[in-house]
Amino acid sequence: MSMELDVFVGNTTIMDMEVYQLWLDGLTVSDAVKVRMDEGALLECEANPEVLTSDTMDQFRTFQMCERLLHSPTKLGSQLLYQIPAQNQIILIERYYEFDSVFAREVLGKKLSKGTKKDLDDTSCKTGITLKSCRRQFDNFKRVFKVVEELKGPLVENIQRHFLLSDTLARDYAAIVFFANSRFETGKRKLQYLSFQDFAFCAGQLISYWTIGAMGAPTVPDSMMEDMDVDLEKEFLNELKDLKVLVNDKDMMDQHKILVCAALRGKIKVYKLMEVNFKNLSRALINLASKLTHTKDVRDLFIDLVEKFIEPCRYDRWTVAEITLFLTHYTNAAHCLGTFRHQMIWDRYMGVIKSCILQMYHE
Amino acid sequence: MPGKLKAKIVAGRHLPVMDRASDLTDAFVEVKFGNTTFKTDVYPKSLNPQWNSEWFKFEVDDEDLQDEPLQITVLDHDTYSANDAIGKVYIDIDPLLSSEAATVISGWFPIYDTIHGIRGEINVLVKVDLFNDLNRFRQSSCGVKFFCTTSIPRCYRAALVHGFVEELVVNEDPEYQWIDRIRTPRASNEARQRLISLMSGELQRKIGLKVLEMGGNAVVGYLQCFDLEGESGLVVRAIGTACTLDKLIPGTGSNTITHTNTAPASNACNSPSKEIKEPVFSEDPTHPLSVPPTPLRTLPPSSSPPPFSPSKPCSRQSSSSDTDLSLTPKMGMGSGISVGKEAGPLKTLLRQQAQSALEQREFPFFTLTCFPPGFLVHIGGVVSARSVKLLDRIHNPDEPETRDAWWEEIRQEIKSHAKALGCHAVVGYSESTTICEEVCILSASGTAAMLNPRFMREGCLDAGGSDQRLSRQPPLGMVGSERAEGEVSSSWLGFDDASPPSCGFCHIPYDEFNMPFPAQLTYCYHCRRQKVPDVLFTTIDLPAEAAVTGKGCLIQARLCRTKKKAQGEVNATAISNLLPFMEYELHTQLMNKLKLRCMNALFGLRIQISVGENMLLGLASATGVYLSALPAPGGIQIAGKTPSDLSYDQHISTMQKRINDTIVMNKELYNIHPPECIEEVVGSPIPDRQRSRLFRSTSESSDELSELDLSHGKKDAFVLEIDDTDAVEDIQSLLTDAPMPAGFYSCNTEVMPGIYNWTSGLQMFTSVRVYRLNNANLTNQGLNKIFTDLCENLLKSLYFKLRSMIPCCLCHLNFTVAVPEEELIQVAVTAVAMSFDKETQLAADKALNEGSGENEEQLQFSMELCGESTSSNNQPTAKASGLPESAMTHSSSRVSSSERCSPLPEVRSRSLRSTRSLPCGAPVTVVKMTPLSFLPMTRIVKYLGIINMFFIRETTSLREEGGVSGFLHSFIAEVFAMVRAHVAALGGNAVVSYSMKECVFMENPNKNQAQCLINVSGDAVIFVRESDQEAIPPLITSGQTSTTGADGTT
Repeated sequence: MSMELDVFVGNTTIMDMEVYQLWLDGLTVSDAVKVRMDEGALLECEANPEVLTSDTMDQFRTFQMCERLLHSPTKLGSQLLYQIPAQNQIILIERYYEFDSVFAREVLGKKLSKGTKKDLDDTSCKTGITLKSCRRQFDNFKRVFKVVEELKGPLVENIQRHFLLSDTLARDYAAIVFFANSRFETGKRKLQYLSFQDFAFCAGQLISYWTIGAMGAPTVPDSMMEDMDVDLEKEFLNELKDLKVLVNDKDMMDQHKILVCAALRGKIKVYKLMEVNFKNLSRALINLASKLTHTKDVRDLFIDLVEKFIEPCRYDRWTVAEITLFLTHYTNAAHCLGTFRHQMIWDRYMGVIKSCILQMYHE
Repeated sequence: MPGKLKAKIVAGRHLPVMDRASDLTDAFVEVKFGNTTFKTDVYPKSLNPQWNSEWFKFEVDDEDLQDEPLQITVLDHDTYSANDAIGKVYIDIDPLLSSEAATVISGWFPIYDTIHGIRGEINVLVKVDLFNDLNRFRQSSCGVKFFCTTSIPRCYRAALVHGFVEELVVNEDPEYQWIDRIRTPRASNEARQRLISLMSGELQRKIGLKVLEMGGNAVVGYLQCFDLEGESGLVVRAIGTACTLDKLIPGTGSNTITHTNTAPASNACNSPSKEIKEPVFSEDPTHPLSVPPTPLRTLPPSSSPPPFSPSKPCSRQSSSSDTDLSLTPKMGMGSGISVGKEAGPLKTLLRQQAQSALEQREFPFFTLTCFPPGFLVHIGGVVSARSVKLLDRIHNPDEPETRDAWWEEIRQEIKSHAKALGCHAVVGYSESTTICEEVCILSASGTAAMLNPRFMREGCLDAGGSDQRLSRQPPLGMVGSERAEGEVSSSWLGFDDASPPSCGFCHIPYDEFNMPFPAQLTYCYHCRRQKVPDVLFTTIDLPAEAAVTGKGCLIQARLCRTKKKAQGEVNATAISNLLPFMEYELHTQLMNKLKLRCMNALFGLRIQISVGENMLLGLASATGVYLSALPAPGGIQIAGKTPSDLSYDQHISTMQKRINDTIVMNKELYNIHPPECIEEVVGSPIPDRQRSRLFRSTSESSDELSELDLSHGKKDAFVLEIDDTDAVEDIQSLLTDAPMPAGFYSCNTEVMPGIYNWTSGLQMFTSVRVYRLNNANLTNQGLNKIFTDLCENLLKSLYFKLRSMIPCCLCHLNFTVAVPEEELIQVAVTAVAMSFDKETQLAADKALNEGSGENEEQLQFSMELCGESTSSNNQPTAKASGLPESAMTHSSSRVSSSERCSPLPEVRSRSLRSTRSLPCGAPVTVVKMTPLSFLPMTRIVKYLGIINMFFIRETTSLREEGGVSGFLHSFIAEVFAMVRAHVAALGGNAVVSYSMKECVFMENPNKNQAQCLINVSGDAVIFVRESDQEAIPPLITSGQTSTTGADGTT
């Protein structure tokens, strides 16, 4: 005797969110049944393995049939096929688009192409996430990227409008889209210690302060704001060249150093080393700024930060607090330089660099 | 030319990509009614076309309006090749033809294709302008309302119950026509869908005509079925109960009575006899106004007249009730007869005529299962008849005489069975068929009953009648005042002071000295005045006023019998030889399981026998309860025939112990603690034999077999002898029924006795399973085990699935079995899970126990009384309306408490939430579905019309669609979606009395193909939450959303 057909259809679609997670994790039905058994599902309602298998199969099938709708979440609300309570719809969508940060870290900055997708089995092995789940997450990245790529207006809002995601998740996707678009280098060995959250934070900073949409957006008519969140503002990047004066002008550089040293004396343990290295550190940051007109150098932003600034500091055993103090005074001191006229650009640049460095400065 | 149908195609959305090159679609729409077709413009390159068409107008006969559906076909325009059909929508116009139902159909309909399923949605507006038709010879029956609900629909009152209506139409099945060889299966299936839609329209129209002839205006308990007879044709048949219904104006309890004055109910059918006295079934000789005896003439001459008492003139009631007086203007033809006066000789004569009115009816059958209080006087027991027929081609579809004759035969048989039980009517009546190749088994069953003929003659079913039914609620702490209630209601019911409504229906209708079958009688444990049987089987729902101890539960008897493969006559004979044995065994199983649960009555009994090529399946489902009026059931005794062996004795005693333990456990589980009573068995002619209420016979080709003796020979009823291998099997099956998990209850009736505080949480579902028996050489016992396990596992899965709703009750658990192919068993279940409030339940249980198991009112839901009761409270008619005042005060207090504990109205909060979170146009209206006739915590304010839909789905890529399960899963989901969409378009927010009547699934895995037919029906309604004081019909809101939706997109 064998069960040939077994279906259960409710007028309100029944969805067990725990089983949903197992499905999202890419488990097979039999693995999912095992997990559920281990979690004590058999104790509920006098179930037996047969009942559990039937329920799991049915739930997996339901999710599979809903998956098509989850690809365009706005349809989920207007479709007539499944009657799903609104709060469940929200959970369904949110969970479907949630991703493993380990996985996202792997894909970050890579081109969301077929080639990358082919390599997913390696990623799967490396991260321990099932291939099925990897594919779903990758496809989600790609889908969001494709939709918002064409759209005008603020990135996070676009993602939220089209995919009905929560604010936090939409911000994470914005980071992924931003990285995929600018193709930042994240894969180098030296960058391996950085987590997805570190990069997402930096992306958020870049989106908030360095893109067209970032500065005084209301003054620009909507139609003009093409890709305003996805690309860095060209004009700003050009203006960054002007900061070179801080290293090229010897007087200014000395002046800058004196101001910073005066402010930090006795406040940081690494004062001596800082004094010695000041010019190198300052040069690293300013050179980084002046190079950003080249796409290649934009891509290397993070590796440059690590190699030119973070690593030397780490070598000298700076603490985070010391770096914070240094960067604060380094930024502020420039304002006191009588001959320095690029205050606006300087703040815009240093604000982001400072918060990125602080986020990235850890083991 | 009395009607103008107008349709407007507004927009489409989520259309499929039809042009691979552009990933877009050039869609246009064909709108067809009858032979007229209109087309919209092509809306190029869009998946969300905005046609915003003109109004397409069809000028048609109302006959066509009833028969034909509006056909909407969405196509993809193709310049070079033929246009591709995307899919279709069939819209039934019928709800627009009744002034009281919907006025406009407007909304998004899923576009359905038999191969691809739902492919996007289309927004359509449909209206009908009807002209007054004064043609007396008309063929249409517009305006007759149809209800699937098997009780008087809430928000209506029955002025008159006319009786049985039936009709059938036949046609050739398009799948078996010669053209089918050259056309695609898709075209063939579309033809079938269209034809069946047409045939059901025609059938409904014809039944409507019959109703009009009888003078009624509605059909209640409308049951339509298809017989797919294969090559011999397609039969669509329907039965129902014709009624004259008056609409109750919500919120104006007493106004309804004035309202009925104007109802144009009077007709040729309510003849002069109507206003006259009640025949009273009372042995109480103390009525001051009693007139010369009028024996009921409902019994066959052969049986001796039952001890009916002198009738009591109903004028007594009339004068005591405002309702009856106010109804006098209705008596159109009988105007010459004065109403309020005392009986004279003329009256006596008329009364006798009235009495015989029921008898003169060809078939005094009622498809209703719930009745207004006082309607049901006594219940005799279940009557059923089956007949095995050989199908042959229907030669002349216009004169389907053979099929008519077959059913006629069966109905006659049922009628005679009822007579033998001393009953003049059959209630809870239903008919069904099972077909395998060319053999067809026709079955009919019902419950023999004595009815109060008043309801069939005259509009004196006062407002209270339907109100009472409407307002079943738990008056907590009501038990104390129950006695007062009894008095009030009995004087109101006015037929028998000696039999209170809580037990009257249990009293035997037949002659105790000339019983049609052996039975053990006792005096009623409730009123101690009349005789009751020890067990009662019925096909109806538990009457709301019945006194029940504890809770009920689903009881199933399952049986599988192998049969040799055969053809034609031989096969039919083999089947008809098997049938009696199957019925006998099912009956024994039911009886044993009933005893095991310490219960004494079955309600909602439904026995289904299904034929396959090499086996027969029998499944009997019912809800067991402990009726307080009936004696406590004895236990089950096991006896061995040869008590010589010691180990054998031990074996028996272990079994006995297990059974006894189970009984004790069940008593606890179902809260059955009957008051200890002294057993007083009264003179039963044949004591100590199995008492059976099941009365049936099997006939083959009209050769009636002799009646079966259902008693176990001369043995004691409850002694099972285990020397008999069958008995061992019986015991096994008795004990293998797994108990329900904690927090679950189940029944196959409308509501569960003993549970009253439902919350609004409900979940309707359909579950289908197909098992393949791989081992061809199975014994009967092996098959039985498999079949039982199948049902038990299905139930277990349902419990597990619905565990989040605990505490809850699975209501209306309706199993359908079929043998689609050799070695396949298909079981389909449709039911609703309703959760209830545990805290109040515990309190109620406590009150129940204190009150010695009397709960004649606990079955009523207070929430549903609402404004009506409070307003009628102040009216002098309160008594006449049948609601004891104490109950009303209690109910109003319950309303407030239910408001307190109930959360936000679900629909409202949902739509709020969804507008906030899903900013993508108007939210989809939530449509609730339930197989019950009501939704807990709500009030139905409007019936919008019947939903009767038929779909076929086919696939040639079974594996790609997720195999058979994936295929059927999405098909059922699609059917639900289409039902919901139609209801929403009518302005409704729920379907009640929903049922899936047919689910025929065929597969051919080798060819990667499958096909399925589904037929569903129900009543579209608008409900409002009880907690909403102001009734805001969602019609308005949904209308707005759809128009704004349309505007927004233009």
